[in-house]
Amino acid sequence: MSTMGTRRFRVYRYKRGDPGWRFDLFVVPVGARTTVLEALRWVQRHLDGTLALRHSCLHASCGTCGVQVNGREALACVTPVEDLGATITVEPLANIPVLTDLVVDMREFVDRFPDEIAITRRSEPLPGAEPPEGIDAYERFEDCIECGLCLSACPVSATSDGYFGPAALAAAQRLLEEPRGVDPERILGWADDPLGAWRCHAAFECTAACPSNVRPAERIMALRGALGRRAG
Amino acid sequence: MSERPGPTGAAPGEHRDERGPVLRKGVGVPTSGWFDPRGRALGGFAFAANRVTGLGLVFYLYLHLGVLSLLLRGEGSWSDFLRIATSWAFLSLDVLLILGILYHGLNGIRVALVGSGIVADRQRALWWSLGVIGTIALVVSASHIYGSR
Repeated sequence: MSTMGTRRFRVYRYKRGDPGWRFDLFVVPVGARTTVLEALRWVQRHLDGTLALRHSCLHASCGTCGVQVNGREALACVTPVEDLGATITVEPLANIPVLTDLVVDMREFVDRFPDEIAITRRSEPLPGAEPPEGIDAYERFEDCIECGLCLSACPVSATSDGYFGPAALAAAQRLLEEPRGVDPERILGWADDPLGAWRCHAAFECTAACPSNVRPAERIMALRGALGRRAG
Repeated sequence: MSERPGPTGAAPGEHRDERGPVLRKGVGVPTSGWFDPRGRALGGFAFAANRVTGLGLVFYLYLHLGVLSLLLRGEGSWSDFLRIATSWAFLSLDVLLILGILYHGLNGIRVALVGSGIVADRQRALWWSLGVIGTIALVVSASHIYGSR
C-alpha cells in the first residue's frame, strides 16, 4: 500500500482456553484507499501472524469479513480507514459466539433460518451437471449475503439468543414473496412465534447495518402484516 | 425454534458447551446495548427513546399517586404543594412530562403502523412527520403551562 500515515488499531483478541478477551494495539501504515481488511492483513503479515480473521472475496459479496469497526457493523473489505479516526477499534460481531479473535461461530447464525429456505436454485446447475450428494445442505438466501451484520446490530438479539433474528425472518418473507414450491402456511407458522416475527421491536438497526440492501426490518414488518391477515 | 435442527444438524445454542464469549453492545449487559449510541441509526434512537420515556412515565405514575396522597394530610399540606407546583422549575417538569407523553404516544402510533405491516417501509417518514406534529403540540402545551403561572 502507498503509505500516507499510520493508524492505531485496537483489535479484539481471544483464543480458545484464554481466561478472557483483551485488546491488542497495532500501529499500521495506511494509504488513502486502505481498507480495514487490508490493515488487518498487514498486521497478520508483519506484526502478529496469530491474528485470526475471516475473509474471501474482497468486494462485499461473500459476507465473511463482517466485524464491528468503532462499534458499528461493517464489512472490513469495503470499509476505508481514512475517516475512522486516529485509533480504530475492531471487534467481532456482537450476539454471535466468538470462535477466536475476529472470527465468530456462524453456525448459530445459519441455524436460525427456516428449513424451507430455498436451496440452490433449479436454474443454477449447468445442463448435465451432477450435483454432489448432500448439496442441499448448503443454503442460498438470495440477496442476503449471510454476513451476520444484522444480527449483531439488532438490539433485540442482544436480549435473547433464541430470537430468530433479522436475516432468518427476512428470508422467510422472501419465501412468501416467491415460494418456489414451499407451502407459505408452513413459513407463516414458523414465523408466528414469540421468538419469531413478534419479537422484533422495530428498531430498524438491521436495515441500517445491512450491506446488501435486504432491508430485513421492512421485510419483518411485511411478514407481520401477512401474519395479521392470516389471523383475520 | 430451538428444537428444530438446522443445516448443521444442531439447534441454535446447541454448541454452547464449546462457546466462546458473546460480545454485547453497551457495557456488556444485554439491554445496555439499547443505549449504546455508536453507529445507531434513527430507528435505533427512536427505539431507545421509547424505552426511556416509557420508564419515565411509569415513574411519573407512582410519583403522581404519591403527590395525590398529600390530600390525606389535609388542606395545608396540599396548599404547600401547590406553591411548589407553580414554580418555574416544577412547571418545566410538567413540560418534560408532556414531551415524554407525546414522544411515547406518537412513536407508539408509528411502531403500530409499521409493525403491523400497514406501512412497513415508511418508518423514517413517519418518525419525522409525527415528530413535527409532536413538536407543535409540545410548543402549544408549554405556552399554556407557562402562561398559567
